[in-house]
Amino acid sequence: MAVNLLDARGTPLEQQKFTFRELVQKPISKLDDDAFTRVRIILANGLEQQANRFQHMCSQINGELRQPLAAIRRVEHHQQTMINWLLSSDHSPIETTIGYEQVAIEATAAIAQQEPDPYLAQVYRFGLLEDFDHMYRYAALLDRVEGKDANNILQSYTDVLPGRATFDEHRHPHDDLRDHYDRKTAAPISKMNALTIMSGEYQTRDYYMNIGPTFSDPVARQLYAEIASIEEQHVTQYGSIIDPDETLLEKWLLYEANEAYNYYSFVESETNPRIKAIWERFLDYELGHLEMVKNLFMKYERRDPAEILPKTMPDPIPFESQRAFVRQTLKDEINLRTRGTEFVDKEQEGLHSREYRSHINSEGSPSNSVAEGYIWTPGTELTRQAAQA
Amino acid sequence: MADANKMGMNRTGMDMSPKQSEAMLKGSEMADAGPAGRRGMDQIRQAYFSEGDTVGSVPLPGSFSGALSSVKEKLQGNNPEVLINKLGQRLAFERAGVRLYEALIYKCQTSPDDTTSEIISVDSLKQFRNDEAEHFLLVHQIMESLGADPTAMTPDADVTALSSLGVSKVLTEPRTSVLQCLEAIQTVELTDNAAWTLLQELCLNMGLDDMAKQLTPAIEQEEIHAHTITQWIRQIAMKKGAGKALDSTDASTTH
Repeated sequence: MAVNLLDARGTPLEQQKFTFRELVQKPISKLDDDAFTRVRIILANGLEQQANRFQHMCSQINGELRQPLAAIRRVEHHQQTMINWLLSSDHSPIETTIGYEQVAIEATAAIAQQEPDPYLAQVYRFGLLEDFDHMYRYAALLDRVEGKDANNILQSYTDVLPGRATFDEHRHPHDDLRDHYDRKTAAPISKMNALTIMSGEYQTRDYYMNIGPTFSDPVARQLYAEIASIEEQHVTQYGSIIDPDETLLEKWLLYEANEAYNYYSFVESETNPRIKAIWERFLDYELGHLEMVKNLFMKYERRDPAEILPKTMPDPIPFESQRAFVRQTLKDEINLRTRGTEFVDKEQEGLHSREYRSHINSEGSPSNSVAEGYIWTPGTELTRQAAQA
Repeated sequence: MADANKMGMNRTGMDMSPKQSEAMLKGSEMADAGPAGRRGMDQIRQAYFSEGDTVGSVPLPGSFSGALSSVKEKLQGNNPEVLINKLGQRLAFERAGVRLYEALIYKCQTSPDDTTSEIISVDSLKQFRNDEAEHFLLVHQIMESLGADPTAMTPDADVTALSSLGVSKVLTEPRTSVLQCLEAIQTVELTDNAAWTLLQELCLNMGLDDMAKQLTPAIEQEEIHAHTITQWIRQIAMKKGAGKALDSTDASTTH
């Protein structure tokens, strides 16, 4: 399917309407649908949530754009509703968490490989190994608290192994900042990749912050508090790679283009026809938003959107197991740390982060405690223990 | 709502993706995690345990000024807060039970499954729903006679509701089958039976014989609920599994 971001008009905004019956559709099957269908749903939810958040912030700082922002934002909100409500009620909060971490691993690994800027690719690989470890910790929690196997959610696409230990991920805020891309020279895909991953991480932070207090078990309450703290670090990291000198309308153009690019990628890979129809509909909706923002860009900035947008749609994000890449990254980069915006070996890590980590872990480490001796085993670790008995 | 037993493309198991599963298993051999243990988890839990810490308190009227004089005498020398807590628990449970039965009735009325509709009596379910409503009002009246506040949520009411959160999710989920819903409500009814018996024993133990007697009809009705639900579950499972119903002697119901 050929889509051109510069020429496509999409669905006009006035035709982008919903009923509550449409917003709340039949959910996916936790048991029968492909895990990557859930991955796309969670990522799409994050993209819509971030689009909505960005557009709210814009309204706080720009009076002239309030009306088009309000109009597009309402649609983004309803798109998010339709998408997020596709998750079925039989997902426990920890099972949904496993889905979130699968998104973080598979989407970040795919984007790290297509990112043309070597420094940004390094940023993604760095974050990847941390989310990879979160998966291991949450899988242990799911097994040891709910008695369930995380692989029922992962469907064998994603490994459950220790990554860069969550214990070691706690850093001083200044060591989470990265150099940003240059708005004038960076490839459009680099700008869009940054928005995709930041959006995914932001929703993960918010999700953990919302569900963390719903747990009774102090182990779960602490683990969610700990990993939410790292997700906050990740939002800082990925937010900081975006050029702060982009104009508001430049950013808005990129957000809309990136949403369209993601839906295009979802259409290309979706295996559930009912869900694919939603992606197709929303691709057209986003192209409609993009058309409006292109006109606003020309009106207010008197510039050509072609300065910002890619001439052709980039290759779709592949939604498939990135196991080999993740294992290689794990092998090569587990000992990386940061000092300011630089990536360094753990021996060269800055003092501020060492001190920060030493304090935050000083009364115990939930992520170490929950995974004490944990080895993922098909059917839960009780299967392994029974075999060893 | 299709048949919950239909076979299909369930992707949760290792056998559904042999190549990916093989790769994943090879990866798990990379893990070197030391001996499995729960010491750290226990330490975290211990750090939050504090003797005397509760989810909240029993709202006990200080002077029992609203209590009937005959009851007031009996309560003195006992621990009335235990009774108030348990009464509050039953009140909340029965009130919630009405809503659970309403959800089950809706499920049965809209189920296209002939097997279940042949076995289950919706009229009986409606009777059970009304029984639960009566039990709620009975406990309400008893609490008022003690001078206790029937609108308050007692700690045991709160925690019992926590433990049955999933039941409501099962009953209101459009994709669940009648049999799955019956099994969910069975857990409620079995718990309910035990709890009513305990409440009566508690009243007797506190010398509140008249109050204990008031509970007897409710206990008898709850026994019928649990028995009937259990029998329906058996009948449906057997018929679905073997294609034939149980002998009538094995399947006595109020149907």
